[in-house]
Amino acid sequence: MLIYDQSRPGRRASAQAPLTQPEITEIPAGLRRRSRPALPEVSEMQAVRHYTRLSQKNFSIDTHFYPLGSCTMKYNPRACNSLAMLPGFLGRHPLAPDTHGQGVMACLHDLQEILKAVTGMHAVSLAPSAGAQGEFAGVAMIRAYHKARGDHARTEILVPDAAHGTNPASAVMCGFKAREIPTGSDGDVDLDALKAAVGPQTAGIMLTNPSTVGVFDRNIQAIARTVHDAGGLLYYDGANLNAILGKVRPGDMGFDVIHMNLHKTFSTPHGGGGPGAGPVGVSPRLEPFLPVPLVTFDGDAYHWQTERERPDSIGWLTAFGGNMGILLRAYVYARMLGREGMGRVADFATLNANYLMARLREAGFEAAYPERRASHEFIVTLKPESRQFGVNAMDFAKRLLDYGYHAPTTYFPLLVPECLLIEPTETESKEDLDGFVEAMIAIRREAQETPDLVKGAPHSMPVRRLDDVRAARQLDLAWRPGTSEDING
Amino acid sequence: MPFVPHTSEDIASMLEAIGADSIEALFNEIPAELQVGELADIPTGMSEMEIAALMQSRARADGQPICFIGAGAYDHHIPAAVWQIATRGEFYSAYTPYQAEASQGTLQVLYEFQSMMSALTGLDASNASLYDGASALAEAVLMAVRANRKNKSTRILMPKALHPAYRRTVRSIVENQDIELIEVDFDPKSGQTPIACIEAAVGDADLAALVVAQPNFFGAFEDVDALTDWAHARNALVIGVVNPIALALLSPPGDWGAKGADIACGEAQPLGMPLSSGGPYAGFLCCRQEHVRQLPGRIAGRTLDLDGKPGFTLTLQAREQHIRRAKATSNICTNQGLLVTAATIHMTLLGAEGLERVAANCHANTRTLVEMLCEIPGVEPLFEGAVFHERVLRLPAPAADLLRSLAEHDLLGGLDLNADYPELGSAILVCATETRTQDEMRRYADTLAQILATR
Repeated sequence: MLIYDQSRPGRRASAQAPLTQPEITEIPAGLRRRSRPALPEVSEMQAVRHYTRLSQKNFSIDTHFYPLGSCTMKYNPRACNSLAMLPGFLGRHPLAPDTHGQGVMACLHDLQEILKAVTGMHAVSLAPSAGAQGEFAGVAMIRAYHKARGDHARTEILVPDAAHGTNPASAVMCGFKAREIPTGSDGDVDLDALKAAVGPQTAGIMLTNPSTVGVFDRNIQAIARTVHDAGGLLYYDGANLNAILGKVRPGDMGFDVIHMNLHKTFSTPHGGGGPGAGPVGVSPRLEPFLPVPLVTFDGDAYHWQTERERPDSIGWLTAFGGNMGILLRAYVYARMLGREGMGRVADFATLNANYLMARLREAGFEAAYPERRASHEFIVTLKPESRQFGVNAMDFAKRLLDYGYHAPTTYFPLLVPECLLIEPTETESKEDLDGFVEAMIAIRREAQETPDLVKGAPHSMPVRRLDDVRAARQLDLAWRPGTSEDING
Repeated sequence: MPFVPHTSEDIASMLEAIGADSIEALFNEIPAELQVGELADIPTGMSEMEIAALMQSRARADGQPICFIGAGAYDHHIPAAVWQIATRGEFYSAYTPYQAEASQGTLQVLYEFQSMMSALTGLDASNASLYDGASALAEAVLMAVRANRKNKSTRILMPKALHPAYRRTVRSIVENQDIELIEVDFDPKSGQTPIACIEAAVGDADLAALVVAQPNFFGAFEDVDALTDWAHARNALVIGVVNPIALALLSPPGDWGAKGADIACGEAQPLGMPLSSGGPYAGFLCCRQEHVRQLPGRIAGRTLDLDGKPGFTLTLQAREQHIRRAKATSNICTNQGLLVTAATIHMTLLGAEGLERVAANCHANTRTLVEMLCEIPGVEPLFEGAVFHERVLRLPAPAADLLRSLAEHDLLGGLDLNADYPELGSAILVCATETRTQDEMRRYADTLAQILATR
């Protein structure tokens, strides 16, 4: 039921609005609204009950194991939330003077320093609002770098075929052509294909390492040499940073620019799809181009640096410079981990992934790269099950929901058929992992004995499988007055 | 070990199952020379109690000044229920609703948000939000270039009376895609953007779109009907940049001119999002039905399940990067889900009448504040004409000095316009939302008078 279905003309949550309504005489009638917008008219309790009930229709980390590959669904410590929501932080206007922002700026400056140290980069800007915006900023800096050197021939960004879709899309948004590089059968980038592809047109390469197939690319140093020798730069997509946090640093691998997904590695909330935060780190040669603002410390006070101090910056990515409240959450998390806790993240994320892969293989499931170590995630291909029982990866995913597990990432990366990309994260216990294995075994048994049960799953969710074709063809993107009853019947 | 549940027995039995001797052995595919030792530059870990003490002292250091700055971020009352519900773990710690059946809560919230934004803007469709208002405008600009089928122009008219931070952001985001941004002057008397100024800036050239801010950065009202009709007559699309609180009072973009604006975007922060030093906020982006396939970002749709029961799912995904890769409408991957949840609850609690009351009180308070300040000799409005809830004032001494002195009294007296509009002289943009009291406004006026008197 929509909130609109509970709406009745004249019903109000009147404590929420000002008690008075001053008369407006100044605004010309021609500029005024002719009728009130169709917003719900409900009591406060109706609103609270409605949205509380909606929340209960979600799977979340707080309620379910959520092994969504490449998304790092780890526990979001509650202290991060409550400390970022202290009144002094929440009430601060973005254009308030530095005198009324030394506290938040100290946190942001500390965070910049921590991120530099843990990634081995020379400088960090916290400005990008999410991973994709970090990618945009990183690629824009690569473009600015070549342009500043008068090198206008570099029109291509190389992207492995296993990369996240944001990589080629970000390259295009920065005015580059995206060129795909194949992945070898062992999961590493095909080095010969890379060598054949680089040239004077190569602006750079965007890499995720460990890659989206869940293995650490052993040839990373050779890749770096190949691209650098051709005059290109290396971009590190930090989507999988959780796998190597505190163990290996992108700066040491030879990357020139990196973005980090703080909503993954630094445990800020995913919030039903955002907000994220995607800081970028750079090597010295890209430092002048960092997006603004940055926080500096002169030994006495913190200051914002903007395009005035940084004239070569690629500029502002949002009106006020970033998702500060999310950065504060990441900061609290980083301080609670401390230097000794960073490597522990990678240790236990990797232990959990390798354990889960070993248990699933022992149970007869096929790993896509069995001869490789898993990083913090790994791929199971359900091609055998699909062939034998006619039950595909999506059916398994949907049936897992009935067993109380959020599905792993399905059908990504595209190069492994019928794949589940599974990322347990470090915060899950052995018992939870064992429970997931039991569920997978049970579903395979069902696939053999009662395949329709699996193909028709889920059965215990608020809705059954939805008609996506109808959703796209008979677009219904907004409730309109008078339409509710038709569909809700 | 914070946030890691493993006992030493767990570790031993897990390693045995893997067939590895140690956790270290799991990293043996990484070249040894790449592995780092201790990260000496990072401080050692803190307990929750220790970090809480640090954060509380830092939050206190930022003070709680009385805020008369608006300029794109507004200090509105947020009902208690908004964030109590939005931070429920089921909303807070869920991810993008890719598994629709296990994400009906988030998906329905997105659909209800889209419905409400659609109602406020008077347009057919809304996406499920973008990063903020300024980046939403950048996406709107790219969208308009794709959506304008009447010409192939990449020229966009951007009024100088549009928020400078929005102009900066749009420039950073679109400049690598061969979009030409043409600045349009404002009328120095009214602060508005008349058609004469537009024609002076563009001549006869083909145009992809005209950006119209209502109210504009100075708080002033543009003649949106005339501007919309002018743009349409020139085969240009119209992008409205609007404040959602103001929309409770003002003609919605869908009603502008004879045909209505094509696209509307803006900052959803006034709908229940704390100021929080500038983010996280949420940008909204709405459009007419004919442009919906060019709309970037996530979109939730209502459909039916196998049993014919209504449900919600992400739709039109063929536009998005995870399907279309290099050919996507944008690289955007997230929306501001948690902020959308807050905005949806906020709009539900206030309703149309509540938003109208908020808007009317902001309007009245700003008027009162301006009257009080203009009693001070040398303080006067810089532009004539009506405003929504912000106004530009000329000061009889350098604005930066006066604002600094006011800040020493914990009064944020407004935004200094000197950096972005040096031609305006000593000018500030002031705002008094519904949360400012008569006493606070009086205190501002008295303190400013005192500062000026003792100079």
